[in-house]
Amino acid sequence: MQDFLNGVMLLSNFLIVPATAYGSQLALGALGVTLVYGILRFSNFAHGDTMAFGTMVVILVTALFQKMGISIDPLPTALLAIPFGIAATTLMVLISDRLVYRHQRKVKAAPVVFLISSIGLMFVLNGLVRFVIGTGDQRFSDGERFIIRFGEFKELTGLDEGIAFKTSQGLTILTAILVVAALFWFLERTRAGKSMRAYSDNEDLALLSGISPERVVMITWILSATLATIAGTLYGLDKGFKPFTYFQLLLPIFAAAIVGGLGNPLGAIAGGFVIAFSEVTVTYAYKKFLTYWVPESWAPEGLVQLLSTDYKFAVSFVILVLVLLFRPTGIFAGKSV
Amino acid sequence: MSFLIGESMTGGYGAADILNGCTIAVERGEIAVIVGPNGAGKSTAMKALFGMLKLRAGTVKLEGQDITGLTPQDRVAIGMGFVPQTHNVFTSMSVEENLEMGAFLRKDDFKDTIAQVYDLFPILKEKRRQPAGQLSGGQRQQVAVGRAMMTQPKVLMLDEPTAGVSPIVMDELFDRIIEIARTGIAILMVEQNARQALNIADKGYVLVQGSNRYTDTGEALMANPDVRRTFLGGR
Amino acid sequence: MTITKQQAPLAFAFMALALVMVGVFQSWSLSLTILNYCLIASIMALGLNIQWGYAGLFNVGLMGFAALGGISAVLVSMKPVHEAWALGGAGVGLGLLVAVATIFLAVGAYHRLPKGHIRGWGMAVIVIGGYFAARYFFDPATNLIESVNPAQTGFLGGLGLPVLLSWLVGGVLAASVAWMIGKVTLGLRSDYLAIATLGISEIIIAVLKNEEWLTRGVKNVNGIPRPTPYEYDLQQLAWAQDWAAWFGADLQDFTSIYVKLCSAALALVMLGILYWLSQTAIKSPWGRMMRAIRDNETAAQAMGKNVTGRHLQVFILGSAVVGIAGAMMTSFDGQFTPTTYNPLRFTFLVWVMVIVGGSGNNLGSIVGGFLIWFFWVEAEPLGYALLSFLTSGLAEDSELRSHLLDSAAHMRLITMGLILLVTIRFRPRGLLPEQSQQTRSH
Repeated sequence: MQDFLNGVMLLSNFLIVPATAYGSQLALGALGVTLVYGILRFSNFAHGDTMAFGTMVVILVTALFQKMGISIDPLPTALLAIPFGIAATTLMVLISDRLVYRHQRKVKAAPVVFLISSIGLMFVLNGLVRFVIGTGDQRFSDGERFIIRFGEFKELTGLDEGIAFKTSQGLTILTAILVVAALFWFLERTRAGKSMRAYSDNEDLALLSGISPERVVMITWILSATLATIAGTLYGLDKGFKPFTYFQLLLPIFAAAIVGGLGNPLGAIAGGFVIAFSEVTVTYAYKKFLTYWVPESWAPEGLVQLLSTDYKFAVSFVILVLVLLFRPTGIFAGKSV
Repeated sequence: MSFLIGESMTGGYGAADILNGCTIAVERGEIAVIVGPNGAGKSTAMKALFGMLKLRAGTVKLEGQDITGLTPQDRVAIGMGFVPQTHNVFTSMSVEENLEMGAFLRKDDFKDTIAQVYDLFPILKEKRRQPAGQLSGGQRQQVAVGRAMMTQPKVLMLDEPTAGVSPIVMDELFDRIIEIARTGIAILMVEQNARQALNIADKGYVLVQGSNRYTDTGEALMANPDVRRTFLGGR
Repeated sequence: MTITKQQAPLAFAFMALALVMVGVFQSWSLSLTILNYCLIASIMALGLNIQWGYAGLFNVGLMGFAALGGISAVLVSMKPVHEAWALGGAGVGLGLLVAVATIFLAVGAYHRLPKGHIRGWGMAVIVIGGYFAARYFFDPATNLIESVNPAQTGFLGGLGLPVLLSWLVGGVLAASVAWMIGKVTLGLRSDYLAIATLGISEIIIAVLKNEEWLTRGVKNVNGIPRPTPYEYDLQQLAWAQDWAAWFGADLQDFTSIYVKLCSAALALVMLGILYWLSQTAIKSPWGRMMRAIRDNETAAQAMGKNVTGRHLQVFILGSAVVGIAGAMMTSFDGQFTPTTYNPLRFTFLVWVMVIVGGSGNNLGSIVGGFLIWFFWVEAEPLGYALLSFLTSGLAEDSELRSHLLDSAAHMRLITMGLILLVTIRFRPRGLLPEQSQQTRSH
């Protein structure tokens, strides 16, 4: 029994808790992407760097707050800075829409043109973020690091294995739940939210019903920027901020959105967890876990790792390709423009 | 002076004109039907009345006011309702949400109007929480009409409302349309099922190649031997 | 501002002038290096143009294909490490055989078994079982290979064949991988194809970075044979010394420039051949059909044209060209560095080249290749100069000044993005639009 529980603890600590946190981050990122796709009807390749931009502003404001002595110990100061990050990112995103995408909408350009434009924006944001904050690793989390430490947990349960629950992980999961609930309340219960769903469903009929397209576009960008900033900050608090990493997150985020069904918010969330859990499950070394759950004589020699962690992105990608081949509209049927 | 009139309308989607000096009018509480062969410009005439097409010549007047320059959204705001032929509901949204979207432009409380729509189409009340995409063809048409009714329009325009529905459903739909007309709303309809449509029409317009060929009451057109021969299958 | 085909030579003259200025103000060696890279970049742009311009395929995985070309240079021209082969060759071979067999079995199961759960589970069992069986042979073998003299080799090495052959092999390898990928993903819509190809190139790079027994991973492969003479050897030759004296140049500079000129000549020849081939293809009935498909896919399909098959052909050909360019680049560099394959620098930059140069126009892509690569390289020194000038008012040791100067490198990302945005907004067809565009009536 002891061994069984130890195994469970081990799995929870190294697999379930991190995967849940990572899944929440991906879900928030995928939500941003899926909203833009569902309403503005193109894949926004600049989303990863938008997340980086938002996180950059949060980091700068956090540093300012820390210098000013403002703190909300035991919670990270970054939480206070998030609203500023959201504001800055929203402004940036609305300006880029005005300068870049609005013209394309007017001339009814093909979706591919929007995609290329988003690549251009991606370059600019990429350079901008590196220009302002540099390419190195930034750690900006402060406050209490753990909700419960490894040792404390072991003491509580008397087992050999414990679970270390980092504050950042707890925050991520809690914030994600709150944000998702708020988003769904907005989409399902408010007039503005319903008008966005209507616009996404049938653009011509929405126009006929008097729904203002520019307002819908504006709200979409605001939501996307908010989600991007929050997702980026949570990821940065958890794993540190490095501009290149955020670009790389583009693949799992898009994989999550597509797997769940592009254009479907519920799908984005489901997809986020599917991708996160797959990545972590496939690259985890089960050796120690098996030593708990499996009789002595069967104990494995090697690491029992399906794929090395370097191939993490391969996992998201393979899932993506499988879904695209066998169920292209995703788990929850999304749009197919 | 007609309630709604599109006079001598000439225009098309590109270089070629589809409409050639065509005139369509409808009065309050009246059912006017536009029929004609394929490519005659029936849907185009209605779209011109709704502002979805730029006219090279001719005017559109509502209650004497010239509305030729207004956008479709503006025309919705002044009391015109339009039910497109296809893609006329929000398939992923519930019946009730569809009606809510129909009332988007209204600032007041529209619960009464929803109740009216449910009175008119009782089955919609039953299925009000179901996504419109899951309903049958005829029920979807009811949602489409209901959505257009939510702005309490003075004129309701329908583009081939019975396209692709069974005869029984068609009869039901026409019954409802008559009920709507009785409340004083002007109804303008484009229809392929000419015979059944002219049956309920107060006025009929037969369009050929973008201009009026025959204009008369529904009854008279049905009795007209030329019309019968060409559009109603002879005899 | 579009330029016609007649004006294209002007664009090249402008480029030549720019390169000469670099030679005068910075160094001739640098100028020629830029020229060589421009040539290679143009070849890559040509490859992408074949896919995007002819068939509208949105391939964001160019980096992977270039890397495949690079690894071909390694596998073909490096000397084999006999000890490694002796120890691990068999294991690797068996592992590969098992992997290939697994794929065949899986595909066979897909076609033979009836649709439904049995087929799904059956394929899963085959794939998983095959994976572990292959690993059973692979892992010990690769460990052995990597243990052979890790500082200098630690990998299998190559075949020791002439390096020019590797250019062709690079093309063939890229084409084969493109065939596999294309079979699976080409039915997808452009957004999805973009993500899929991006993912594939990330995987290819990940494999090349991690499979040390094949590529030495991040330790890089140095000393790849070059197609051009080595400076050191040249310096021993009498005629080289004479010529250097005649030019009044330092012997080392002279030999280095001479070698670079040789590379340029080779690259130019390659570019010429590929350009000529592409032009012939696009003017042929095959090319016309490709463009008809691109312009109206549904109509073409209705006419019975095998759209997917044609797309596959184009995908393979374009990828082959990119592979050749990748091999050329690695052999000119003399080393294979997996970590340099950065999607921004590769894939997206080449996209900018094609968009700016002119989608659908081969000459346009070449012009785009030259212009954009030149900008990319020169943006840093130019940006540095500009920022130095702008911040000259600030104190020497001001933090802001040093921060700005350090960040000059990032300016080029911003510049590149702005160039792309401006182009797609004001000249979406690019500098040299596709020929037929100019004759369209509306």
